[in-house]
Amino acid sequence: MNWIFSFLILGGIFAAAWNGRLEVITPAALNAASSAIERAINLMGVISLWLGIAKVAEASGLIDQMSKFIAPVFTLLFPSIPRGHPALGSILMNLSANMLGFGNAATPFGLKAMKELQKLNPHPDTATEAMCTFLAINTSGVTLVPATIIALRAAAGSKNPSEVVGAILFASICSTLVAIVADYIFRIIYSKS
Amino acid sequence: MSAFSWLIPFIISMVFLHGLINKVRIFEVFVQGAREGLLLAIRLIPYLVGIYVAVGIFRESGAVEIMVKALYPLIELLQVPADTLFLSIVRSLSGPAALGMMMEIFDTYGPDSFMGRLASTLMGSTDTTFYIIAIYFGSVGVRKTRYAIPVGILADSASFLASVYIVKKMFA
Repeated sequence: MNWIFSFLILGGIFAAAWNGRLEVITPAALNAASSAIERAINLMGVISLWLGIAKVAEASGLIDQMSKFIAPVFTLLFPSIPRGHPALGSILMNLSANMLGFGNAATPFGLKAMKELQKLNPHPDTATEAMCTFLAINTSGVTLVPATIIALRAAAGSKNPSEVVGAILFASICSTLVAIVADYIFRIIYSKS
Repeated sequence: MSAFSWLIPFIISMVFLHGLINKVRIFEVFVQGAREGLLLAIRLIPYLVGIYVAVGIFRESGAVEIMVKALYPLIELLQVPADTLFLSIVRSLSGPAALGMMMEIFDTYGPDSFMGRLASTLMGSTDTTFYIIAIYFGSVGVRKTRYAIPVGILADSASFLASVYIVKKMFA
């Protein structure tokens, strides 16, 4: 991120000098800074709303119940975790919170899942197979309800903020399938070496 | 695709009904969550300022045109705008920075433009791969991440290609 940030700013300034329009830099920077604040104020409302709703879902046990519903699939994906191990519960909570677009509710479960998985780890400084599978699925992000995206589209004045839900579902299923297959292949390669 | 317009109201009613049935103190819990949301939004502000300024300078300076010329073969091959290629790279590194970039794209091109839709799909279909791998492994002291990073990169590339494909297909 540091590289990208410096690249954008320095690249921009050099390019402006190259194009002989160095005078646009200062107003561009100042305008951008104030529109960032305007956008942030807009954002406070929508993020608060969604995290409020997410909190209610968490407190009512809805996220818990959803996890139980998907449980059989996850036991298939993590053969190395013993049945009924607390790691499974945390993984389920984390992935379902992710699917529902509650990114912030997901992180605490995710860290708890890693803690539980670490208890099963014979070499504490090296990642286990279950950890790699968990992160592969987690980072490829199956999203059923991209709440933040929809909220931000609405805030930006979209006529139909949720029209991208189908496209997101398709793309995230593709990336999750690739993640699961790649994880499986790498697991076999690594277990042989 | 207005078929999905009912989804959000449906989920909100489900959550609230479920909360009422389970005797959740809905308003208090909601406020608690909203407070976390507000703090999150405040934490996001410095990222937003940084990204808006960096992207603003980059765009106004004409650097985008220079970069587009340099990346022309790749852009030609994939038929995608340069901004979104950039967004997908940032997406794997920093969630707030990518959110800022997406909003910048919304402001410049409009959320219902091809760019806006593609940016939304890119943002929604993958996660902050490198950040998550770093935080999650870091939290338990795992240093050797084995094959976690190559798998993440493969999945991110798949999500980029799938996003470009489906947005072109659905909103042609």
